[in-house]
Amino acid sequence: MRFVDEFRDADTARALATRIAALCEPGRRYAFMEVCGGHTHTIYKHGLEDHLPESIRLVHGPGCPVCVLPMGRVDDAVAIAEQPDVIMTAFGDMMRVPGGRGSFFDAKAAGADIRMVYSPLDALKIARNTPDKHVVFMAIGFETTAPSTAMTVLRAAREGIENFSVFCNHVTIIPAIKAILDSPDLRLDGFLGPGHVSTVIGCRPYEFIARRHGQPLVVAGFEPLDILQAVHQLMRQRREGRCEVENQYSRVVPWQGNRRALEVIGEVMELRPWFEWRGLGFISQSAMQVRDAYAAFDAERRFAVPGVRVADPKACQCGEVLKGVLEPWECKVFGTACTPETPIGTCMVSSEGACAAYYNFGRFSRSRVRAGSAGPTPLADPVVLR
Amino acid sequence: MSAPQGNAPARAGWAEEAVATHAGAEHLRTEEQVLERVERARRRRPRVREERITLAHGAGGKATRTLVEAVFVDAFRNPVLEQLEDGAAVSVGGARLAFTTDSFVVSPLFFPGGDIGDLAVNGTVNDLAMCGARPLHLSVGVILEEGFPVADLQRIAASMARAAAAAGVEIVTGDTKVVRRGQADGCFLTTAGIGVRERDVTLGAATVRPGDAVLVSGPIGDHGVTVMLARGELDIEADVVSDTAPMHGLAAALLDAAGDGARVLRDATRGGVATILNEIAGAAGVGVVVDEAAVPVREEVLGASELLGIDPLYVACEGRLVAVVDAARAAAALAALRAHPLGAGAALIGHVADDPPGLVLLRTAFGGTRIVDLLVGDPLPRIC
Ligand code: SF4
Repeated sequence: MRFVDEFRDADTARALATRIAALCEPGRRYAFMEVCGGHTHTIYKHGLEDHLPESIRLVHGPGCPVCVLPMGRVDDAVAIAEQPDVIMTAFGDMMRVPGGRGSFFDAKAAGADIRMVYSPLDALKIARNTPDKHVVFMAIGFETTAPSTAMTVLRAAREGIENFSVFCNHVTIIPAIKAILDSPDLRLDGFLGPGHVSTVIGCRPYEFIARRHGQPLVVAGFEPLDILQAVHQLMRQRREGRCEVENQYSRVVPWQGNRRALEVIGEVMELRPWFEWRGLGFISQSAMQVRDAYAAFDAERRFAVPGVRVADPKACQCGEVLKGVLEPWECKVFGTACTPETPIGTCMVSSEGACAAYYNFGRFSRSRVRAGSAGPTPLADPVVLR
Repeated sequence: MSAPQGNAPARAGWAEEAVATHAGAEHLRTEEQVLERVERARRRRPRVREERITLAHGAGGKATRTLVEAVFVDAFRNPVLEQLEDGAAVSVGGARLAFTTDSFVVSPLFFPGGDIGDLAVNGTVNDLAMCGARPLHLSVGVILEEGFPVADLQRIAASMARAAAAAGVEIVTGDTKVVRRGQADGCFLTTAGIGVRERDVTLGAATVRPGDAVLVSGPIGDHGVTVMLARGELDIEADVVSDTAPMHGLAAALLDAAGDGARVLRDATRGGVATILNEIAGAAGVGVVVDEAAVPVREEVLGASELLGIDPLYVACEGRLVAVVDAARAAAALAALRAHPLGAGAALIGHVADDPPGLVLLRTAFGGTRIVDLLVGDPLPRIC
């Protein structure tokens, strides 16, 4: 894991942290939103916030594809899975997302054939091997995962596989960022741009954020040093009074994006007029559906999908939390009706959602870690075998 | 932004119900009050909310614990069971015994480094060893699916015999049932075992105290990653084999070296090292602070885990123990582990602190800190 370690070095992190701290103006507070769930994961997994000064806050945005899926779509998917001779396939992190009538795990326990896969190609393989069943792939995710769904549909078409379709829930990142930017009570100082999505769409589409909304954006990679580096770039822009789109992740992300991937998506999918986002409501042109030419591979057309809409309970304040306007504990149902065991809102669904993280770890505040009350690890024996 | 269609949205019954149930709760103004309420809710007796068993109930995490406490501990309530250790420490006519049972439903049945047979013998031997006992006699219950190849069964039995011989135990009784095709997955095994506790030492998570050292007997996650890869759902190959092994010798060496400084031994099976440490932190009301850089993980396991999107801390081992010992005995205990063939990769991975009670903290190699919580169910691979 040499390649990885070089992006996780604690000394480099400390040096970078000092430089970030030096850029803070006294008395000023900063809030940066990481749009991507992958970033949230890295931040949490490596304890990255310990390297940031108190005055910098990272706000977890709407970029977790399973968390933004509205309950109604989960119910629709369960309805498809419950039809006779259907095998529903989904990524692992989809399994526990609750709909209005429970999650995939619940449906599976009640008898539906739902299987975990690592890629849509695995689902296609199941279709090939079980010709007497119809295999549906629960397609979720941003522009990151859409190309592989599209490729799989093309492949199924080429091979003439008739017992395969996708339930398309792919969403696009830009309209979601727009919806957040349009919120009147937004208080942010910049964005960490999603690395994987940008490998597909490039950096161009973010330019309006800098130009029209006066917010800097730095596209960042997924190693912890990538993120620290990107925070440093954001702070430098703020310090120098600039608002630009910068690319910290240029080792992977081309400024123009990946034309081929975009073409494949465009071949198979088109924008929907509307799509509902959990916590953010309906956003126009924010998701994709399968084109007419590939209707045979569209689960929505092959099955009588009920088109369930489940309203988020009125008390739910996820929108405000997602936008960084409210702290999780300020939500009216936090910790009472809404807990990680019974998540009502999107931010409680995955363990990295802002509310779930706060519920589990809020009682152990960062300041206590910083004060060092937990003490250093006294290593009696420094020999480390790795 | 207005909704595009006219039809009125449904309401999620369970969510509305939950909101209504708590409608009377006053809205608290300060963060401390809210956190206090969360704390109180956490301490309440566990309740199983699901109407049906899901796979999460068998994964060893929060869901398993809730199920065990709410259904079994509640029904069987007695002081021995309530310890929730790997095995039960009982006394019969002055003889100090250890007694335990375990079921095995692994898929595939044969994997690099072992099969369900040696896994079932070693698993029960290890549960006894973790009680500080010398394993003596085992029983085995076999559930077979109609159509299961007899040759495979012979192979499994041979492997059990070998494992029993290696562990110095005898399989002295058993039972066989056959169920219709589709009612089991090939072959399920249940083993139970008794052993004798010859040492005058009280082991248990409740004896752990701040300042103690936390040891692990070798690289973690080998078994779980091997089995995940052997399922062939992924096109990843890695040079890793299961670590399944009987650990009674290793445990004895450790107990000899640590003497009365030994606090608790645990077999880091389902749920991995993270789950064990959480159980210890919870039972003893202490914090456990782990140094990420000190946790031994093979490069192959680390690489496969990155690709699978899972954390090796939660991956099962079948031949690794976690030990908490008095810090003054830590060096001796570590040396004893390393001198044993099964413990060559042993390491001191952290220590016990008085704060924060009930939590496991990880000091990351990156220089940060995070909390290592119990998972709800299986570690689910992430896509984003
Ligand atoms: S507590 Fe629940 S409903 Fe409230 S903001 Fe958080 S996730 Fe949403």
